[in-house]
Amino acid sequence: MGISVEGASKSFGDFQALNDVSIEVPNGSLTALLGPSGSGKSTLLRAIAGLETLDAGRVMIDDEDVSKKPTQKREVGFVFQHYAAFKHMTVFENVGFGLKIRKWDKAKISARVHELLQLVQLDGLADRYPSQLSGGQRQRMALARALAVEPQVLLLDEPFGALDAKVRKDLRTWLRNLHEEMHVTTIFVTHDQEEAMDVAGQLVVMNEGRVEQSGSADDLYDHPANEFVMSFVGEVNRLGDGFVRPHDMDVVLDPDENTEEAMVQRIVALGFEIRVEFVLADGTEVWAQLTRAELQKLELRQGQIVYLRPGKTKSFSGEPSSNGSGASTPRRPPDGDDAEVSAAV
Amino acid sequence: MRPASGRHSRWGLRALGLGYLALLLLAPLVTIFYKTFEHGLAPPLEAITSPDGLHALKLSLLMVAIAVPLNTIFGVGCALLLVRHRRRGSALIDAVINLPFAISPVVIGLSLFLLYGTKGWFGPGLDEAGIKVLFSVPGMVLASIFVSLPFVVRETVPVLQEIGTEQEQAASTLGANAWQTFWRITLPAIRWGVAYGVVLTTARVLGEFGAVSIVSGQISGETETLPLFVEKQFQNFNQAGAFGASVVLALLALATLLAMNVLKRKEDA
Repeated sequence: MGISVEGASKSFGDFQALNDVSIEVPNGSLTALLGPSGSGKSTLLRAIAGLETLDAGRVMIDDEDVSKKPTQKREVGFVFQHYAAFKHMTVFENVGFGLKIRKWDKAKISARVHELLQLVQLDGLADRYPSQLSGGQRQRMALARALAVEPQVLLLDEPFGALDAKVRKDLRTWLRNLHEEMHVTTIFVTHDQEEAMDVAGQLVVMNEGRVEQSGSADDLYDHPANEFVMSFVGEVNRLGDGFVRPHDMDVVLDPDENTEEAMVQRIVALGFEIRVEFVLADGTEVWAQLTRAELQKLELRQGQIVYLRPGKTKSFSGEPSSNGSGASTPRRPPDGDDAEVSAAV
Repeated sequence: MRPASGRHSRWGLRALGLGYLALLLLAPLVTIFYKTFEHGLAPPLEAITSPDGLHALKLSLLMVAIAVPLNTIFGVGCALLLVRHRRRGSALIDAVINLPFAISPVVIGLSLFLLYGTKGWFGPGLDEAGIKVLFSVPGMVLASIFVSLPFVVRETVPVLQEIGTEQEQAASTLGANAWQTFWRITLPAIRWGVAYGVVLTTARVLGEFGAVSIVSGQISGETETLPLFVEKQFQNFNQAGAFGASVVLALLALATLLAMNVLKRKEDA
């Protein structure tokens, strides 16, 4: 069941949440809507579910225009950031809610609910109330509830946003595995680029109510269409007109024609990764990502003068400039087609 | 040093609070019970089992039976409108709903009197249709509804705001229509707010004196509710009767409160 949104616009008062947005989500894919808060990603997701009505544009699910259909007839599974657990119902009743609405008989509901609780590893907790569950458990219950009715599509609105880092990572892996088993077309919204890249087969990067770029994680990282995508998907340093990733900054002790003088300002050890902050002669602050071994070899210390050789520099004002060894012509230059998710899972 | 003085001031505060409550709330209540049974059970029992007394009790319960369900339905609907479908004009509705709190019941009674009297706007028309509002049950019901109208709305609005819309939205994504969502999700989520509103409404209807007193004409055995009965017994120097009826009123109110507590406890268990 592929999903496509065509020319979607939506305003809340003076604020334009969506500005002529079109996306294409292939059947069975796992797609992330990625963007900062206020970028319109949640509004787009809610519009697909029918929880928001669009001012213009239409939503197609499986080639059917569902724009006029009320939410309860769209057969979408929706998972909310804050779980939206039915507080007065047990875990069992929560998961069985959609089936009860569909007037399934009791035995069938019970079988289906237990099957799903097993899937989300909550089978022993069927009689608990949501208030007796941890955040991660509540979210898995919400997921089971959404999946119980066998939705055509699964929509997740910042599903892990309210959970702590460790649980978030576990659930991420778990969601990816679940999707591999079930193959239901899934869209999930996140502001965390690492989460998006970890879970999703394709990403749609949004900003200020528009789609900036769509594609696979590699596509976006290696061939960002513009400055926004480059800086949002991964870390970036700005050097004049160009942008360069911190791990593409070579630190050398001897100057040549491609290097720039820099002073070591601070060395931060983050486990395996070392973050070294420099200040250039013109006052620009940049940082490089080194490994522990590289740092030991260079024997850097604070205040030392070294030379930086930026590789793979990108510029978005004109032609991509190449400052070092790695040439970086984008495979797919940004054009009007950027709203399309090209790669299939 | 500090913990000790903290403990002292805590005890001091507690004693002050309890003393205040005892003086203002408990003392009058205890007095009524004491005075009622001062000369045994017989006199008050006789007064409230008299035909007029029984009729007053029945009439009071009838007021509750009509006004409370109507105000509950209206109150929940109105709260939904105010919280979930906020439009221009909602602020005005919000303010108007508080009117019964702000206006003296006597004034409410008078305004009903003017509206439904023989020279009022609605009076003549209804008279022709053979419907008697003033000095009969319909007028008293109107007055009871008017004075107790805000309670359910006021108790439900904050609860509705607190539960938010996510559970309702989740229900709709699971296939529930608006009606199913209301019965299965919204109402269970706000039920304690509504229940509290119902208890307050019941207490207010049972105890209403001013407005009902004016529109009813206070005809013994016909348009006399319990509070009016108490007042009349008191005026006629029948203290036992007045106190007896008062005790019945107080017991009814206590029963309402207890009923809610029992329900709530069952729910929590």
